[in-house]
Amino acid sequence: MEYLTPNFTKEMLKDYTVLVPDMAPVQFALAKAALESEGYHRVELIGTSSPEVTRLGLRYVHNDTCYPALIIIGQFLEALESGKYDPDHTALIISQSGGGCRASNYIKLLRKALVRAGYENVPVASANASGLEKDSVMPWTPRMLVKLLSAAEYGDLLMALRNQVQAYEVHKGDADALMQRWLVKLDEWFRSSRNYAPHSYKKVFRKITRDFAAIPVNKTPKVKVGIVGEIYVKFSPTGNNSLQKMLEDQGCEVNMPGLMGYAEYCCANWKMDTEFYGISPKMGKIAGAALKLFNRIGNEMSAVLKEYGFYAPGSFYELMEKPEGILDLGTKMGEGWLLTAEMIELIEGGYDSIVCAQPFGCLPNHIAGKGVINRIRERFPQANIAPVDYDPSATAVNQENRIKLMLAVARENLKEKEPQNA
Amino acid sequence: MRVGLDIGSTTIKCAVMDDGGKLIYSAYERHMSHIMEKGEEMLSRIMNDYVPDHKAYLAISGSAGMGLADRSGIPFVQEVFSARVAAEKLSPGTDCIIELGGEDAKILFLTNGVEVRMNGSCAGGTGAFIDQMAMLLKMDADEMDQAAMHAERTYTIASRCGVFAKSDIQPLINQGAKSGDIAASIYQAVVNQTIAGLAQGRQIRGNVLYLGGPLTFSKCLRESFDRTLNVKGVCPENSLLYVAMGAAFYADEIIDLDEAAAKLKKSQADSGYSSLPPLFASRDEYWQFHNRHMKASVPRIRYEDRKGRIHIGIDSGSTTIKMAAADDDGRLLYTWYQPNEGNPAVLVKEHLLELYRKYPGIEIASVTTTGYGEELIKHAFHCDNGLVETVAHFTAAKYFMPDVDFIIDIGGQDMKCFKIEDQAISNIFLNEACSSGCGSFLQTFAEALGYDVQEFARMGIYADRPVDLGSRCTVFMNSQVKQAQKDGASVENISAGLSISVVKNALYKVIRCASPEELGRRIVVQGGTFYNEAVLRAFEKEMGVNVVRPDIAGLMGAYGAALYGRDHAVPGQKSTVLTEAELEQFTQKVTSVSCGRCGNNCLLTVNMFSDGKRFISGNRCDRPITGKAADEHLNLYAYKLKSLLAYAEKEGSGSRETIGIPLCLNMYELLPFWHTFFTSLGFRVKVSPVSSRSLYQKGQGSIPSDTACYPAKLSHGHIAALAEAGVDAVFYPCMSYNVDEHLGENHYNCPIVAYYPEVLEDNCPELSKIRFIRDFIDLSNRKEFAKRFPKMIRKHWPDLKEKDIVHAVELAYGEYDRHMEDIRRKADEIIEQARKEGKRIIVLAGRPYHADPEVSHGIDQLIIRLGPAVITEDSISSKTAKFRTAVLNQWTYHSRLYAAAKYCCTQPDMDLVQLVSFGCGLDAITSDETREILQEGGKLYTQLKIDEITNLGTVTIRLRSLLAALAEKEAQKN
Repeated sequence: MEYLTPNFTKEMLKDYTVLVPDMAPVQFALAKAALESEGYHRVELIGTSSPEVTRLGLRYVHNDTCYPALIIIGQFLEALESGKYDPDHTALIISQSGGGCRASNYIKLLRKALVRAGYENVPVASANASGLEKDSVMPWTPRMLVKLLSAAEYGDLLMALRNQVQAYEVHKGDADALMQRWLVKLDEWFRSSRNYAPHSYKKVFRKITRDFAAIPVNKTPKVKVGIVGEIYVKFSPTGNNSLQKMLEDQGCEVNMPGLMGYAEYCCANWKMDTEFYGISPKMGKIAGAALKLFNRIGNEMSAVLKEYGFYAPGSFYELMEKPEGILDLGTKMGEGWLLTAEMIELIEGGYDSIVCAQPFGCLPNHIAGKGVINRIRERFPQANIAPVDYDPSATAVNQENRIKLMLAVARENLKEKEPQNA
Repeated sequence: MRVGLDIGSTTIKCAVMDDGGKLIYSAYERHMSHIMEKGEEMLSRIMNDYVPDHKAYLAISGSAGMGLADRSGIPFVQEVFSARVAAEKLSPGTDCIIELGGEDAKILFLTNGVEVRMNGSCAGGTGAFIDQMAMLLKMDADEMDQAAMHAERTYTIASRCGVFAKSDIQPLINQGAKSGDIAASIYQAVVNQTIAGLAQGRQIRGNVLYLGGPLTFSKCLRESFDRTLNVKGVCPENSLLYVAMGAAFYADEIIDLDEAAAKLKKSQADSGYSSLPPLFASRDEYWQFHNRHMKASVPRIRYEDRKGRIHIGIDSGSTTIKMAAADDDGRLLYTWYQPNEGNPAVLVKEHLLELYRKYPGIEIASVTTTGYGEELIKHAFHCDNGLVETVAHFTAAKYFMPDVDFIIDIGGQDMKCFKIEDQAISNIFLNEACSSGCGSFLQTFAEALGYDVQEFARMGIYADRPVDLGSRCTVFMNSQVKQAQKDGASVENISAGLSISVVKNALYKVIRCASPEELGRRIVVQGGTFYNEAVLRAFEKEMGVNVVRPDIAGLMGAYGAALYGRDHAVPGQKSTVLTEAELEQFTQKVTSVSCGRCGNNCLLTVNMFSDGKRFISGNRCDRPITGKAADEHLNLYAYKLKSLLAYAEKEGSGSRETIGIPLCLNMYELLPFWHTFFTSLGFRVKVSPVSSRSLYQKGQGSIPSDTACYPAKLSHGHIAALAEAGVDAVFYPCMSYNVDEHLGENHYNCPIVAYYPEVLEDNCPELSKIRFIRDFIDLSNRKEFAKRFPKMIRKHWPDLKEKDIVHAVELAYGEYDRHMEDIRRKADEIIEQARKEGKRIIVLAGRPYHADPEVSHGIDQLIIRLGPAVITEDSISSKTAKFRTAVLNQWTYHSRLYAAAKYCCTQPDMDLVQLVSFGCGLDAITSDETREILQEGGKLYTQLKIDEITNLGTVTIRLRSLLAALAEKEAQKN
């Protein structure tokens, strides 16, 4: 039996409230502005974290399904039940990677949950670039796509800067306050269609970076921790029990590689599908062009960051070389080789301690996460990686304990390094 | 002065050292979850006696100490780190520490790159596990250690998760295996678990240190580690205190102990945990509830008042044994219920004798056995009927509620639920790979917290804020409770929380219902666990309906069996059960042997009875009983395996190198392709042997992710076997895409099948010495493949000619097609033959690699033994055209599954049983879809979860229940 809810149509844009899972709070705040300035009546980011969300997720989704699906669907249902939204004028957007892991099925699980929970009239739109769900794909315009790109780029930059400054700021709260100010400004720009196009990036990147560079800091050495993992539990505080905050409370500097890496990774995979197997040459060509553009933007951002003395990752093409000898770039389901590449890049950049956050039972991460850690340690003996599983019932105490162990080792390594620095 | 506190999941340890590092006081005590009180008490004690100025360097460590440290502001040291600090001071030169605690297991590598490994989400193989197992054996830890000293053999016990291990051990106990042997096997399972789960490919060698309770108290456990690792480990002085001492050494802040104790006291007051509404709003509500349930009772009679003859039902369950004797009116004359103490036969003998003696001249019309020990008891005492337990329970439930539509039975270790439609069991849910929320779990917890289970359960009734413990596996529940303790939840609230979890597990994990209404509204609950009123209440609240709980809730299997005997007895029937005189003579001798007649090498338990009869259990086929080879003429699994092995036998006579192919995962389908490809190019091909337990163990040390599926984990053993066989290269390509049979939207492999070669390359030490070819290929587009593959293969063998490779590819595709066609042809043949013989056909649906007997555990043969023919999903999937599914249909193997289910619905004599590997994430999606396809087509859905698990008891129950339900359905039609 197919579980069908209405397709999302362009006509609905004008008076429907669209709910979007708040996966990455910084980037998605800007994405909201991007959508609302391009024809979406109202966009609400749903990032609720409550026992009710888990309860609904467990009740309407197979309990062995990955954690992100349980949370996202639980959040949607919770929002619908909250009474805040008129079910006849509310639609949901969910992303679909189109890859070989379970995530491509979230939309189907969501529809099934909606039907079973009595919301069979709520349309669901798919955000995907794989040609799936042709009848209910989220409506877009070219300008909206550019704005979404800007949301990710600016969001990534803000997040990177905020994280690097927050750990060392002299006045607590400076970095967060500045990030908020910029979010407000960018929001205005997006809504008035200013400074959102790629040709403005260089200028805006510089402005933002200069502002953060002006925050007074005290550069006492801190434990530097990278966060990688399955995209949802990596970014979403709901998904990872506020991992970033916990690490920051423990006095760490956190580096979370940005959202654009994943977009570039997807493009690279489409391109390689053509190169490896001869699949869809047209798609491969478009993806290759997009990748080239994204890579150029990434380089611009890195150049500005470095200019002001911040850490910046290398180009995406360089990133693609990192897994060489450990994992083949053909490993493209889930976060695939990107996960491995990011771990290596972080270690090379001085972020020796890494939390690899994954939903319990995440299949691709058996390969690209836990599967490669031995090899990475072989190559980088200083690597201090803690794979942490997230799950509706995995308790915070176990996760925290594991992370504390990683931190204890990291602190010891930091102590050993200190005398050399002095 | 230096003070270290180590607060673990079950115990609190304290070390006080003088400034020279000399231990002047230590303590090791159970904290019974009263962490704050105990911590405070301990601090006060040492303050007064050992720390005169009340100031000392102090740090807290331990998994349950974290929250306490946070709240009291005392520095916290992670416990693994503490152990390391202590080892460096006290046992210099240590290379590796193995520490087992109450619920944690850790390995620390100290030399050549410090690394720490601890159990993440799986707590199998820890102290709590050993305690639980000791309880099953009715021993304390010391007795278990003693018993294990005299072991003569060890059994294979699943080493992954405590839950599985338990289901391996229970049948051993039931079958009468020696407790010493079982004890030794448990220790060995712990060792295997630790190595497989934690070492993850890194060798343990050099000076090994054993720490923690289990390793300190059990010599046998240490010896098992020594033997398995081939080391001579040391359990040092103060091995229980290393973590506490490490914390003391590491402490770098002088703390005022008075203040610290005061802070602990204060934090007792805060209790921040997530809670649920109380079970009863008032005492009145409780009494109303209590009285309502007192009404569902069976009349009891005195012997003189009996009508007709007596019918006896015996339910020999996993942990308990029950007996009920009723007259022709179903009134109860005699009941008996007790733990089986590992030896049900002796107890049955006693109680049958008691019946004979109590009621001289008693006329027994029938004795019907059911439950795990059904066969054994039936054979031992010459009973009249054996009945699958689901039917027994249904029969009894109907007595209380003739129109019952849902039955849930929660026993000690198992949970059974069934839906009734049209007076037949229409759907069965059994907990297979998971015993979360069963009675024995509550019991273990009660005892861990220091209470008797009855008392513990009662404590929950008036709990004001039951802890919300979620609905996951037992192991997770352990840590949830740990967290609740940390947050200061009272035992009452923990007890109530556990009772609620039992119910939630049953509903949302085992049955997986979205809304309770869909299960039914006429509900009978039974099983010993429902005597627990907190569980009963939680169930009613969750379901939103009042249910019937018979007064004989724990005896329903036995009572149902007795009723069944009554209903099927002919007038004047006299039971075949042993007479009083025969019973007095009855003896039973139990031995175990390995069958050795085939690759399964089943461990047989042979019961010899005084009348000279033998009863063999543990067998998967009839061979050890009849001496004849298993009947395979209706078994497509056997045929498939045989045709694959025919390739393995032919190495080829070429002059080129020998290519090793691991017979695992998708090679179960692609072997014909690659074998043909390589042999036709002049290579020799060596295929790894069929999987076995020992092959698995060969590779278990290099498995990096212990939660991957068993088929994937087995591939490490195949690589090891190929390395031993001395091949020149191992060929095992990565494949994002599978073959395209145009049944779905896409044709992916699952991530594991697609990329497992990468994991092998990165983790199998053998592959650093052998050439490993794992290129990324796509077989679905034949033209593209023929175009691209030559270039790829010539990277490895530049002298091969392109046209030869293209030709070999053609031959390979041809052979693959022929092989697949042959399987389909054979299926048609089997279907036809089965119909001729009037047999049912079961589609045992899984993936190609379920033909691996170590993966499917001979379930195919089991079905054959029960009667039906067995075919595979891939043999009939081509009989259906592509259709729309509720899920995104994008994996080739699963597209076949859906298609096979669809086809089944068109065939009245064909039913589908889905094999699901534990840890297979995709099956969370596919199993619901398959269920829906079948139910829409009016078919029953049966799922069998398989893993390393070797216990086929539950599998048999499921299959027999399915067959019983099918027979019932058919009988109704006629």
